[in-house]
Amino acid sequence: MDRREGECEVTMMIRHGAALKVENCGKTFADGTCALARATLDIAQSETLVLLGPSGCGKTTLLRIVAGLEMPDAGGRVLFDGKDLTRQPIEKRNVGMVFQSYALFPNMTVAENIGYGLRIRGVSRLERAARVAELITLTNLGGLEHRRIDQLSGGQRQRVALARAVAIRPSVLLLDEPLTALDAALRERLRGELNGLLRTLGITAIYVTHDQAEAMELGDRIVVMRKGAIAQVGTPREIYFTPADRFVAEFVGAANIIEAPIESGDLILPGGRQPVGSTGSRARAVAMVRPETIRIVDADKASLTGIVDSIRFAGDRQRIIVRDAAAIPLALDVPHTIHVRAGERIGLSIAADSIRLLPAEG
Amino acid sequence: MSHKSFVWICLLPLAAVTAAFFLLPMARLLVTGAEGPRGLAEYLAILVEPRYRATLVNTVLLAAATTVATLIIATIAGLFLQRHRFPGRAVLVAILTFPLAFPGVVIGFMIILLAGRQGLIGDVSARLTGDKLVFAYSIYGLFLGYLYFSIPRVILTIMAAAQKLDPGLAEAARSLGAGPFAVLRDVILPGLAPALVASGAIAFATAMGAFGTAFTLATNIDVLPMLIYTEFTLAGNLATSAALSVGLGVMTWLILALARSFTGNSVAAAG
Repeated sequence: MDRREGECEVTMMIRHGAALKVENCGKTFADGTCALARATLDIAQSETLVLLGPSGCGKTTLLRIVAGLEMPDAGGRVLFDGKDLTRQPIEKRNVGMVFQSYALFPNMTVAENIGYGLRIRGVSRLERAARVAELITLTNLGGLEHRRIDQLSGGQRQRVALARAVAIRPSVLLLDEPLTALDAALRERLRGELNGLLRTLGITAIYVTHDQAEAMELGDRIVVMRKGAIAQVGTPREIYFTPADRFVAEFVGAANIIEAPIESGDLILPGGRQPVGSTGSRARAVAMVRPETIRIVDADKASLTGIVDSIRFAGDRQRIIVRDAAAIPLALDVPHTIHVRAGERIGLSIAADSIRLLPAEG
Repeated sequence: MSHKSFVWICLLPLAAVTAAFFLLPMARLLVTGAEGPRGLAEYLAILVEPRYRATLVNTVLLAAATTVATLIIATIAGLFLQRHRFPGRAVLVAILTFPLAFPGVVIGFMIILLAGRQGLIGDVSARLTGDKLVFAYSIYGLFLGYLYFSIPRVILTIMAAAQKLDPGLAEAARSLGAGPFAVLRDVILPGLAPALVASGAIAFATAMGAFGTAFTLATNIDVLPMLIYTEFTLAGNLATSAALSVGLGVMTWLILALARSFTGNSVAAAG
């Protein structure tokens, strides 16, 4: 935002970017399909907001509305620091964008790509070179300044795309599935790097992904979306431990969703009774239990028992599937120091406060 | 039979056709060109003889002008047609590419109908200014004909190339502040460069060697194919026309090779 580049160098580490407000923004395409139901969101300055959801949930549409690549339906507004930019095209909004395909200019070198936004802004060659050098260091691209894009690896391309978007000191950084095109190991490493960079820059960012692990690690807050509507907004912990509904519970992390009646504060299950921490009775309740919150105890002393159906080794832990405890097979994540055999009857212990009752659907 | 010998046997017909219809006539042409009274010097005549040289320059200029004009018109039209969906678009594309079906003679005839002595443009200008505007029989008529001829090919190539451009590139440039002109200059045109060179080369080669249109419009337009024809049929000067033919081929090939290497280098330099 500040055009005087020299002054900005020292402010590099402090928080910047704009506070965003998305107000009543929906998107209906010309053929009548509704890609996004009217949504309102506040994004604080220097906050990282993650839009999480399966493909086709409207998260990219929402990002493109903020970017200025899509116009919201009449009545919707996009405000940057209180200023209404709804009618401004993307080139007037000062947004930094990172695309899933990276969209790096193949006819330019790494340095030319990073400096492109500054060149468009008429920043002098000298200042441009200084800023590009700074970003090359920041994104660990030293020595690659004069490479062509097709000579870079996937991870390097991703970092060039990020450096190019950040170079213009955008009001907001918009990232559209920036790690999806990479293989798993690289994705995990770059996720960490990206997280560090976003904290260092302290910039307002909106991050679109379908990967819940990415969302958890990167987001200050997560917006879970489904079928064009917002299902829940909250911190990663809120989303994980207190999901608003069954969809959120199943989409974020692994979850056992148990449907059973409640009698005086206990879930009545085929394998026994399980307290849920609330009193009263219900004919039908939907309860969520995370696999890692279930512990294995002595079958004789347990109020809930089941039979080990299968054991899957996952390296850092093992997942045990237990049948006959609930109407559905229950998944348990336990350390691999615990030894059980298939067919063995085991006792299950679940802390009442780690059970989350969800609104029953339909 | 091994796979290798099978492949060689399959290539035999191609080898025979190439030898019979390409290598032998080319060799004969080369020999004929040197069999005139001037011997090998005949090959230099295209550059040394003032009349031939002027014709060569004329032809190259005409071909270059046709290529540039075609590229400009067809790039704009191709990009527009690629980006917009509107009723009647398919029909418009069909009409624009229709000239592909016409031989040069028909195109020459159409130019005469448009800008000839009884042509539409002449009629209109006579009513408006009293002067009858006739340019079908000149190099301008030929230029118009070649333009008409080249645009369809280039439009199709540009449309195909524009479809393959990553729309994210233009969006990325815009997010960095680039206006429409900067996007065109920095993203679209560099992305289309290979298609522009390839289709421009075809337009250029066609304009260098096309004969039907020139022959229909007039026999006294100064372009190389016409010169070769008159030297051959009217003057019976076999050696000269053979040498000129070789010269036309070499010149066209040379300029195309130059254009290719130029864009190749510029891409490498930018990268």
